[in-house]
Amino acid sequence: MKFTLSWLKEHLDTDATIDEVVQAMTLAGLEVEGVENPAEKLSAFSVAKVLTAEKHPDADKLKVCTVDTRDGVKTIVCGAPNARADMTVAYAPMGAYIPGADFSLDKKPRKIRGVESSGMMCSASELGLGEDSDGIMDLESSFDMGTPIADALEMNDPVIDFEVTPNRSDWLGVNSIARDLAAAGLGKVISPDVKAVTGSFPCPVDVKIDAPDACPAFAARVIRGVKNGPSPKWLQDKLKAIGLRPISALVDITNYITYDRARPLHFYDLAKLSGPITVRMGKDEEFAALDDKSYVASSQDCAITDESGILGLGGIVGGESTGCDESTTDILIESAYFDPLTIRRTAKRLGVNSDAKYRFERGVDTGFVVGGAEMATQMVLDICGGEASELILTGELPDAPADIEFDTALNKRLTGLDIPDDEMESILTSLGFGVTRGQKWNVTVPTWRRDATEGPDLVEDIIRIAGFDRLVATSLPRPPIHRAPTATLSQSRTRKARRALALEGLSEAITWSFVLTEHAKLFGGGRDDLKLDNPISSDLDCMRPTALVHLLLAGQRNSDKGYPGAALFEAGPAYRTTNPDGQDLTISGMRRVETQRNWTGDEAPNALTAKADAMAALAAMGANVDTLQLSTPTGDYWHPGRSGRLQMGPKNILADFGELHPAVLKALDVEGRVVAFELWPENLPAPRKKKGVVSKAKGALTLSDLMPVHRDFAFIVPEDVKAGDILKAAKGADKKLISNVSLFDVYQGQGIEDGHKSLAIDVTLTPNDKTLTEKDIEAVSAQIISKVRGAGGVLRG
Amino acid sequence: MTDLSEVKDKFAALVASAGELRALDDIRVAALGKKGEVSMMMRGLGKMSPDEKKVMGPALNGLKTEIAALIDARKAVLETEALNAALASETMDMSLPVGRTSGSLHPVSQVMEEMAVIFSDMGFTVAEGPDIEDDFHNFTALNFPPGHPARDMHDTFFMNQVGEEEQKVLRTHTSPVQIRTMINETPPIRIIAPGRTYRCDSDQTHTPMFHQVEGLVIDKETHMGHLKGCLMDFVSAFFETDVDVQFRPHHFPFTEPSAEMDVRYERVGSEIRIGQGDDWMEILGCGMVHPNVLRACGIDPDVYQGFAFGMGVDRLAMLKYGMPDLRDMFAADTRWLSHYGFSPLLQANLATGLS
Repeated sequence: MKFTLSWLKEHLDTDATIDEVVQAMTLAGLEVEGVENPAEKLSAFSVAKVLTAEKHPDADKLKVCTVDTRDGVKTIVCGAPNARADMTVAYAPMGAYIPGADFSLDKKPRKIRGVESSGMMCSASELGLGEDSDGIMDLESSFDMGTPIADALEMNDPVIDFEVTPNRSDWLGVNSIARDLAAAGLGKVISPDVKAVTGSFPCPVDVKIDAPDACPAFAARVIRGVKNGPSPKWLQDKLKAIGLRPISALVDITNYITYDRARPLHFYDLAKLSGPITVRMGKDEEFAALDDKSYVASSQDCAITDESGILGLGGIVGGESTGCDESTTDILIESAYFDPLTIRRTAKRLGVNSDAKYRFERGVDTGFVVGGAEMATQMVLDICGGEASELILTGELPDAPADIEFDTALNKRLTGLDIPDDEMESILTSLGFGVTRGQKWNVTVPTWRRDATEGPDLVEDIIRIAGFDRLVATSLPRPPIHRAPTATLSQSRTRKARRALALEGLSEAITWSFVLTEHAKLFGGGRDDLKLDNPISSDLDCMRPTALVHLLLAGQRNSDKGYPGAALFEAGPAYRTTNPDGQDLTISGMRRVETQRNWTGDEAPNALTAKADAMAALAAMGANVDTLQLSTPTGDYWHPGRSGRLQMGPKNILADFGELHPAVLKALDVEGRVVAFELWPENLPAPRKKKGVVSKAKGALTLSDLMPVHRDFAFIVPEDVKAGDILKAAKGADKKLISNVSLFDVYQGQGIEDGHKSLAIDVTLTPNDKTLTEKDIEAVSAQIISKVRGAGGVLRG
Repeated sequence: MTDLSEVKDKFAALVASAGELRALDDIRVAALGKKGEVSMMMRGLGKMSPDEKKVMGPALNGLKTEIAALIDARKAVLETEALNAALASETMDMSLPVGRTSGSLHPVSQVMEEMAVIFSDMGFTVAEGPDIEDDFHNFTALNFPPGHPARDMHDTFFMNQVGEEEQKVLRTHTSPVQIRTMINETPPIRIIAPGRTYRCDSDQTHTPMFHQVEGLVIDKETHMGHLKGCLMDFVSAFFETDVDVQFRPHHFPFTEPSAEMDVRYERVGSEIRIGQGDDWMEILGCGMVHPNVLRACGIDPDVYQGFAFGMGVDRLAMLKYGMPDLRDMFAADTRWLSHYGFSPLLQANLATGLS
């Protein structure tokens, strides 16, 4: 919403400067978005008087003028044909910036064809004020020399642009802004009263409302014998100042009242109407609108019609067929009330916006339907002349807003601040509320404040006007020192996992939750219900099934820019369904397999690097990684031979890892190979707690003096037997005695049968109560060999 | 009998000339071994008269001790020399690059953790909820009636409508988490709700996905003075300096009275300094929870009251840590991540600091 300071002062008697107005607006909740003062860029220019104007001795088209300026009498060489003695002109001193021509004058006098010239006399276009007709500006001689040009042209009028919050549709009229500022102590409301105009003949047009829900009330009146032409300069200037284009007196009047009182109106050219007006829902009728488009009014839309059919969409946009133009002599004024929801639905469906629609959908003042028509009448009579009919009001205006029973203690309860009753009453009444004091106050609500329905609404207005600076900052009472952690288990675990991964060398990224549907499909996503109806762009149109998509694309982008070997992870959502439980916290990571050359030997990550990453994260989260089971991921985006899944028991899947399927990478335009992992922190069960025990003491530790014993074994196994299974079998041979089994060699080649490999393991035996005898050790060894045989391994001879 | 001093001088010369440990050992054997010269001389003691013995015994023992000492001394020298020689050949280039580089943590995560620490200290727990929401939780329960123009201000992303099901949205704020908390828990409530939020908007200062932290306090006595105090405490803790703030009235459908909070700042070159200067910058919206919101969650507004606030995490991260462009946050450029990211060893806390 834009308005000028001078416009505001027609409603508010105040001496406040623009800065004070802006400050008061800000502190009363009218958020100023910008202030522009056209005078600022004209500050260098002032009124001057041409004393003499002689032909230039050496140039036919130039004149040498002596000019009386605020800087003294100057000689100025001028090329304008209209320059003459006794002219009142706009003077630019030396060094001034000329906005319309985008250059600065010389700081010293400049010789033009041998004559020294000091400064310049400007045209309107050079000042950025519009088209030139015949040379430099020819100002009225009544202006005193030295008057700033902005004052002479009445342009010293700042334009304020502010954000109208959806609850305060009344702020879409300057009069309401004035009311709030007066309440805030900035001055006194002086909005001109709107007086009823007595009609001299009955309204010749009948209005019938067949859609009372969409249009409850319609005030109408005919004015005969108007003369439509350009509106007066003051009206044009007002509209231009806030960025509206003057069109004709009749149109300008409706626009003026729209901004002055937040009251949209419509004028019909009576000559173009056929018979009475009927307001009804549309019947899929098309009409050409005043915005040069055509619309079809459906049964959901409120149409203004006559016997010829649809004329326009009530409250949104009028029709071309009955629009006013230069030849209009008789008009019908419409000042109606339209249902906000209907307006909104129609405008949204048809994609149409207008100042009228913007106000009606937020709700206009139901108390100013007739007033709007009267104000319009008076303005038309004043500007265009003519004779007014009686005013008719069809339908019923919505009831006045309900009174509020206000318990004034609520103010203290909600704000913590004592505000005296007198002050509360004074604030409310200055905003248009009516107060009857009592045990509880009875507060009447003005028709333009339908947002106020209960006590807290009044508290809001009271504290807003009283000033938020009066609120006493009070720290929240401290919670008890001993209390449960404020983060959930999964949040704490995720923090640890993220740190573990960063320590492994991966950097945390945060990427979009949405991806290209085709990419989602590569990872098992892309279902229709997970697609966006209105994506920000076509390549971000579907909720992601995994963060890997963006990590992979980012890795490629980094490589393309000359930074290969990206190692990235993200802890964030992946989406299975649109239900509240259809979103999984997932930690995904990837490393591009791009060899990093190093003096110790070239290094490149492989599928097991991804395993190590996943295990590091799981271990950090408290998983016992030694006991996890290995299986195969179900997603077909993994390399079938180089991927694995870590789980606890048959159901708790903790992580997938491995190399990504080359075909998937190709589909993503990702070059080379990439290893990755995905893990799901929420699948990791909570640590078991003993019921009712709060102690954090760890179990007792016995440090035995008995030496552990190491025994090495080498087993020959078929190539496809997994080392992990052999280790597990060995470890399971005696769970008490065997404390650790480590793999120290994997060998294939000479001495080993084709299709087989040798696995060498080191078994640690930790005696519990006595030193192990050779016999004990042999018994365990036999047990190990037997177990490993069961897993497919034969002791290497 | 050979003169003892001659023997001593002989072995002393030999010891002194011994160039390596093995030669020294040979000398030891020749002198002090079983059949060594000194040992043999000591065997001769038995044949001596008691008087001779009395003289020669201590003399021979002295000789033995002296030679042994000479040998030990020489041994120490030779060992040191041998070690020095060995060390001289054992060199490594200490300038060779070592170690591996650690990754970094995202500044948005860091800032969220900082906020969690500050609010945890005030007794707020962290609540979470889904990104894909229904109309009720994202709008209606928050006092955005269906068809209300305030909904337009949210540039909502809508999900595809499939079949007869209600059309879902991507949450436009984390306020739905407040709704879920108020429905599922009984006051007193103190939560913060951090998370991803979405609006269909993209330019230098808007990304279609961004992060919010919202807070909610519901009990029987928390008023707007507490709101002001809590947020003033927060900004000073977060920016790690005393920050002057200004509260301005505003409108949000879900709070009443509503406010926006500005912080004092100044721009020095391209740098923004919070807490000094003459300008005000809006950093968050807040207010007392609207009675309609409490009612929608089954809480009696005549008994309970409280406040809510919400702020953009990405923007606060930019203000505190100087990232110039919001869009870079989500581009996963490794150079940006390593420059603006944080060490994994850093854990924001009150004892050692936020960062």
